[in-house]
Amino acid sequence: MKILVCISNVPDTTTKIRFTDDDTRFDTASVQWIINPWDELALTRALELKEGSGGSIEKVTVVNVGPKESEPTIRKALAIGADDAVRIDAEPLDAHVVAGELAGHIRNNPYDIVLCGIDSSDYNGSLVGGMLAELLDLPSVSSVSKLNIENDEITINREIDGGSEILSTETPFVAIVQKGIALEPRIPSMRGIMMARKKPLNVVEAAGAEPLTEFVRFELPPPKAACKMVDEENIRELVALLHNEAKVL
Amino acid sequence: MSVIVFVENWDGKFKKLSFELISYARQIADKSGSRVIALSIGTVEDDELHKLGNYGADKILKVEDERLNSLINKAYASVITQAAEKESSDTVLFSHNATGKALAPRVAVRLKAGAVTGVTEIPSSLDPFEVKKKVFTNKAFANVRVRSVKNVLTLFQNSVEIKETENNAEIEAFDAEIRDQDFKTRVLEVNKITGKVLLTDAEIVVSGGRGMKGPEKWQPLEDLAAELGAAIACSRPVSDEGWRPHEEHVGQTGKIIAPNLYFALGISGAIQHLGGVSSSKYIVAVNTDKDAPIFEAADYGIVGDVHKILPELTGEIKKMKDA
Ligand SMILES: Cc1cc2nc3c(=O)[nH]c(=O)nc-3n(C[C@H](O)[C@H](O)[C@H](O)COP(=O)(O)OP(=O)(O)OC[C@H]3O[C@@H](n4cnc5c(N)ncnc54)[C@H](O)[C@@H]3O)c2cc1C
Ligand SMILES: Nc1ncnc2c1ncn2[C@@H]1O[C@H](COP(=O)(O)O)[C@@H](O)[C@H]1O
Repeated sequence: MKILVCISNVPDTTTKIRFTDDDTRFDTASVQWIINPWDELALTRALELKEGSGGSIEKVTVVNVGPKESEPTIRKALAIGADDAVRIDAEPLDAHVVAGELAGHIRNNPYDIVLCGIDSSDYNGSLVGGMLAELLDLPSVSSVSKLNIENDEITINREIDGGSEILSTETPFVAIVQKGIALEPRIPSMRGIMMARKKPLNVVEAAGAEPLTEFVRFELPPPKAACKMVDEENIRELVALLHNEAKVL
Repeated sequence: MSVIVFVENWDGKFKKLSFELISYARQIADKSGSRVIALSIGTVEDDELHKLGNYGADKILKVEDERLNSLINKAYASVITQAAEKESSDTVLFSHNATGKALAPRVAVRLKAGAVTGVTEIPSSLDPFEVKKKVFTNKAFANVRVRSVKNVLTLFQNSVEIKETENNAEIEAFDAEIRDQDFKTRVLEVNKITGKVLLTDAEIVVSGGRGMKGPEKWQPLEDLAAELGAAIACSRPVSDEGWRPHEEHVGQTGKIIAPNLYFALGISGAIQHLGGVSSSKYIVAVNTDKDAPIFEAADYGIVGDVHKILPELTGEIKKMKDA
C-alpha cells in the first residue's frame, strides 16, 4: 500500500497579514513558511500507520504544487519522516490548478490513500481534496478525525454537526482530514534532518492546469472600535450594555 | 437561468442556516433576474419543505432515496450536479460547513465551475462574477473573480440577513439517476450528541480558557450557559489537557464559529484562538490581566477574576430577564 500526503506551503499561523501592490498581493516579506498544520498532522498519521502496518504500507510520499521556494517546507516533511517527495513545478494559483496538477501526477503514479487537509491556512479554500477526488473519480471522505487500517480494512471517523460517524471505504480513496487525525505533529529529529538531505525530491513539470478563479483585491477587516471596559464591581452595567446597546441579550 | 441551493436537513428539519442560504440566493437571483431553486436530499415532510418558500425559493426539488440517508460525497455530488444541469443553474450554493466543504469542490469540478468558499457578501458584480470571501483564517478578506460561466459558492454562516417574502414555492420530486458504484464508502455507525446546544448553531457561546483554572471549576460557566441557552466552548489547551471534550475546542485548529455573542472567560486571546471566534458579532472578555490581547478583539471587557464575576453575571442576567 502507498500513501500520498498533499502538503501546502503556508505562512506561519502567527504571521501579521499585510498586502502590497494596491492590495492585490499578499506581502511575503519576512514571512516564515510552514507545512499547513493539517497536512503536518496528516503526514504524522500516515507515518504512524506505516510503522504499525508490519510492512504492508511500503511508502509515504509527500507532494506539493509550487515553485522552488516551497522546497524548504518539502524538506521539512522529509525530515519528519516521509520517504520521498514530489514537487510539481507550478504556481498554485487556485484550487483548480492545484487539484488539476495533482490529479495529473496521481493518474500516472497511483496511490491507495491520498490525504489532504480540510483547508490551507492561507486562502482557506477547503477545495483541493474534494476536487482531486472528483477529477480522479475516487470516493472522498471529508472532516476525517480518525483513520485506521487493520488487515487492509479501513475505518474512518468523520465529524458531523453534533456528533460523529464511523465509515468504511474501499481503496483508492481521498481522505480530507481535520482535528483529531493525529494528536501532535511529529517534530523532525536531528537524524531526520540529516537523512532528509539524501531523500529523493523529484521535481516534475506542470501539466498546465488553468485557474478558474483569481484574487483581484485583498482587504483587512475594518479596525475594531476600542473595547468598552466595565468595572468588575458593576456587572449590572455590562448586562445593560449587552441588552440595550448590542441588543444580544 | 437559476441559482440552486443545497439545503441540508437535520432529522427532517431545516435550520436557520438553510434559510440564510435561500435569502442569499434570492438576492443574487433578483440581481440577475433568475429563479431560486432549493434542492433537498433525504426525507423531509412537504410542510417543512414548503417553509423554504418563505425566504424566497421559487421551486423546491426533493430527492428521496434510501441510499441517500447518509452523506456519501460522490453520490450527493452527482445528484446535485444533475439538478443544477436540469435547472440551468449558473450558481450552486452551499453552506460553509462540513457538508458544504465536502460537496462544493466535487460539484465545481463536475460543472467546470469556479469555486469560491467562505463567501461573506452578495457578489459585488455578476459579470464578471466577483465576490468577497474570508482568507487567512478570519484575518482578511479577498475579492475573487470567477473566470468560468458557472460558479459554486459556500456561504460563511451569519453573513446575511434572513428576509421573509411571499411564498409561491412549488415542490417537485426530482428523479435523479443514482448509481451503485458511487457508494464505495458506507456509514457503519452514527453517534449523535443529544440534549446540548450545538456550538455551530448557537446564537450565544460561553467559552473558557486556562484562566478557569481546572476541570472541576466549570460549574459557574455551565450555569451561565444554561441561563442563556448558550453553547459551551473552550480554548485549545483546555481540550488538550482533557478539562473539556474535544468538540468544544474553538480556533484555527478547532471549530470556527460566528455567534451573535461570545464570552471569552480566562482566555488570553492568542491569534490562533481569535481565528475561530473573531467573526462573532460581539465579544465579551473577562481576564485578570488588563493587557491580555483578548481585549483588543473584544467589544466589552472586565478586568477581574472569572470565578468572582461569573456567578454575579449569571445572577444579573437572571434579574434582567425576570424584570
Ligand atoms: C498551529 C497552532 C494552532 C493553534 N490552534 C489553536 C486553536 O484552534 N484554539 C486555541 O484556543 N488555541 C490554539 N493554539 C494555541 C494558542 O496559541 C494559545 O496557546 C491558546 O489559545 C491559549 O489558551 P488560553 O487562552 O486558554 O490560555 P493562556 O494563554 O494560558 O491564557 C489564560 C488567560 O487566563 C487569564 N487568567 C488567569 N487566571 C484568571 C482568572 N482567575 N480570571 C480571569 N482570567 C484569568 C490569564 O491572564 C490569561 O490571559 C494554537 C497554536 C498553534 C501553534
Ligand atoms: N499547493 C499545494 N500542493 C499540494 N497540496 C495542496 C496545495 N494546496 C492545497 N493542498 C492540499 O489541499 C488541502 C486543502 O487546501 P485548500 O483547498 O487550498 O484549502 C491542503 O491541506 C493540502 O492537503
